[in-house]
Amino acid sequence: MSAETAAGGTPAPGTTVSMTMIEAIRSAHHVMMERDERVVAFGEDAGAFGGVFRCTEGLQERFGEARCFDTPISELGIVATAIGMAVNGLRPVAEIQFADYVYPGYDQIVSEAARMRFRSAGDFTSPIVVRMPVGGGIYGGNTHSQSPEALFTHVAGLITMIPSNPYDAKGMLISAIECNDPVIFLEPKRVYNGPFDGDHDKPLVPWSKDPRGDVPEGHYTVPIGKAAVARPGNDVTILTYGTMVHVAMNAAEQAQVDAEILDLRTLLPLDLEAIVASVEKTGRCLVVHEATRTSGFGAELSAQVQEECFYSLEAPIVRVAGWDTPYPYSQEWEYFPGPNRVLAGLRRVMED
Amino acid sequence: MSILEPSVEVLKDLHHRMLRIRLFEEAAGKLFEGNKMPGFLHLYVGQEAVASGVCVAMREDDQVSSTHRGHGHLVAKGGNLNQMMAELMGKADGYCNGKGGSMHICDLDLNMLGANGIVGGGAPIAVGAGFANKYRGNDTVSVVFFGDGSTNIGAFHEAAAMASALKLPVLFVCENNEYGEYTPRHKVMAITDVVDRAAGYGMPGVIVDGMDAIAVHEAALEGLARARAGEGPSFIEAKTYRYYNHHGVQTLGMKYRTDEEVEEWKKKDCIEGFEKRVTEAGLISADELAAVRAEVQAEVDAAVEFGENSPYPDPSTLLTDVYTEMV
Repeated sequence: MSAETAAGGTPAPGTTVSMTMIEAIRSAHHVMMERDERVVAFGEDAGAFGGVFRCTEGLQERFGEARCFDTPISELGIVATAIGMAVNGLRPVAEIQFADYVYPGYDQIVSEAARMRFRSAGDFTSPIVVRMPVGGGIYGGNTHSQSPEALFTHVAGLITMIPSNPYDAKGMLISAIECNDPVIFLEPKRVYNGPFDGDHDKPLVPWSKDPRGDVPEGHYTVPIGKAAVARPGNDVTILTYGTMVHVAMNAAEQAQVDAEILDLRTLLPLDLEAIVASVEKTGRCLVVHEATRTSGFGAELSAQVQEECFYSLEAPIVRVAGWDTPYPYSQEWEYFPGPNRVLAGLRRVMED
Repeated sequence: MSILEPSVEVLKDLHHRMLRIRLFEEAAGKLFEGNKMPGFLHLYVGQEAVASGVCVAMREDDQVSSTHRGHGHLVAKGGNLNQMMAELMGKADGYCNGKGGSMHICDLDLNMLGANGIVGGGAPIAVGAGFANKYRGNDTVSVVFFGDGSTNIGAFHEAAAMASALKLPVLFVCENNEYGEYTPRHKVMAITDVVDRAAGYGMPGVIVDGMDAIAVHEAALEGLARARAGEGPSFIEAKTYRYYNHHGVQTLGMKYRTDEEVEEWKKKDCIEGFEKRVTEAGLISADELAAVRAEVQAEVDAAVEFGENSPYPDPSTLLTDVYTEMV
């Protein structure tokens, strides 16, 4: 799996260590802060405390308060400061504590970061990384569970990434930090500690029991804009990302359908080549995401597949997504598009 | 402030509300610890004097806008403990039918405009409510509770600017508990007293001992009277402390604050201190205080039982309350 997901990236030298996604993200910070003094990391509780999800733990001790620090509760300020740092030569990695908090910073992301290159004819760029945990599964209710990826993929000038496992998380975050454009880096928090397959009654399987948790200690990259084949197959293509990669795997196993699962990893720029190759091979396409359905990123995927693969399709494209409601608290698992809903979607797309 | 100034009725009311909060929160903490309550729990224990002092000073028609640490505000406004506990447990009989959870409780019948899972989110709502009150020509006041940390976010500043510019009947009540989540205030704020921020908006401000319900009550009466008289918003900074961690039920052994500090604040406990004062002054007997405690404990125990017996919301309700009518 590691070699495959690294395809197109730089090789991963040295030994591998079992890491959770949290540790992998922390490791990416470490590697880049060691290599490049322009890299700084900050956010609410991100300094001394090490972040509410522990992703920046130990960075302040290692690199000092100037390079890893606590910010006021001020998402607009966090993003705006990152942009200012970036236009003046730094490589900021900003943490938004929950994606649900990003909206005050959205103005800065859209109006400033995404357009800095465009409006200065390339003189100024805004190479920021804005990290944020997304998705449900921890009973966060309507303000700690959202998946706002479509708000970012709708904005030209932004890159939007979302890893599904520790290996990719580290390699993708390093790519994001090295990238000369602004990157929105979404972290599916339900898989921070293990590959959650959607069956919430089962005990968590830790990443230490999964080969995708074997992460090189040193520098390597997973390229921006490249999807990974999470499961090869011939009968139907499942386009998905983040937590839902694992749910889709579970459903595909249960359905005994020879499904090919593409873990998109970068949503924008989209790896259309990989998508088209897969759908042309299978003739069927199921799109799966946790975000609400209407105007979700699945709508874009469906449109692209329809435009590019219409004559290869043997059945209408089917979307499985979250319901069009704010994320409910105790109805977490009714909202969450778990394996049963993916199975139903699979059955539907295989019908005709 | 002399202890003799508030009437015995007011003192009893303050005590009752503080106890209702304390015992409710301790019960919620136990349920959370016992895995009977999922999700997030931001306990208000330690800060009871603030919500109680302000809410006793308020009229019933006055409105409250609250925070992620909002249980205390709703309890102090007269919240129904059964519905609150059921909501925390995600049950159908909860305030939001189990769909909101701890951070998203409101009760418009009590003029409680809602807890808020977004830091700073409550202030602009109170300002809008204040505008509506002024527009209607009533003399209702809207009160917003918020933490020290939230005064770093734009929403607070925009709300303060709007309220003062439009001279709206709003009372800003800052609960300065010295920590924004897991970060000490001094790390993220260059001033010591949050009330200094009010001056920038031409708003009169006062600092009160947030562990003293009587002091809070007096300050609230002044701010509310000013707002009611059409003189615009005021700002109260109540210096207080939360005993528990930002989230959950841990009190000691935390990296970002010392155990000694927690113990020091507990010596100033708002309920213990209050009980000592009123009994020593001969205003309320120890027996009466104990009887109130027993009565509130019974109410809380009943709330826990109510919550446990309430069903989870039916899956058919998944799409309700998203729009006026289901589409």
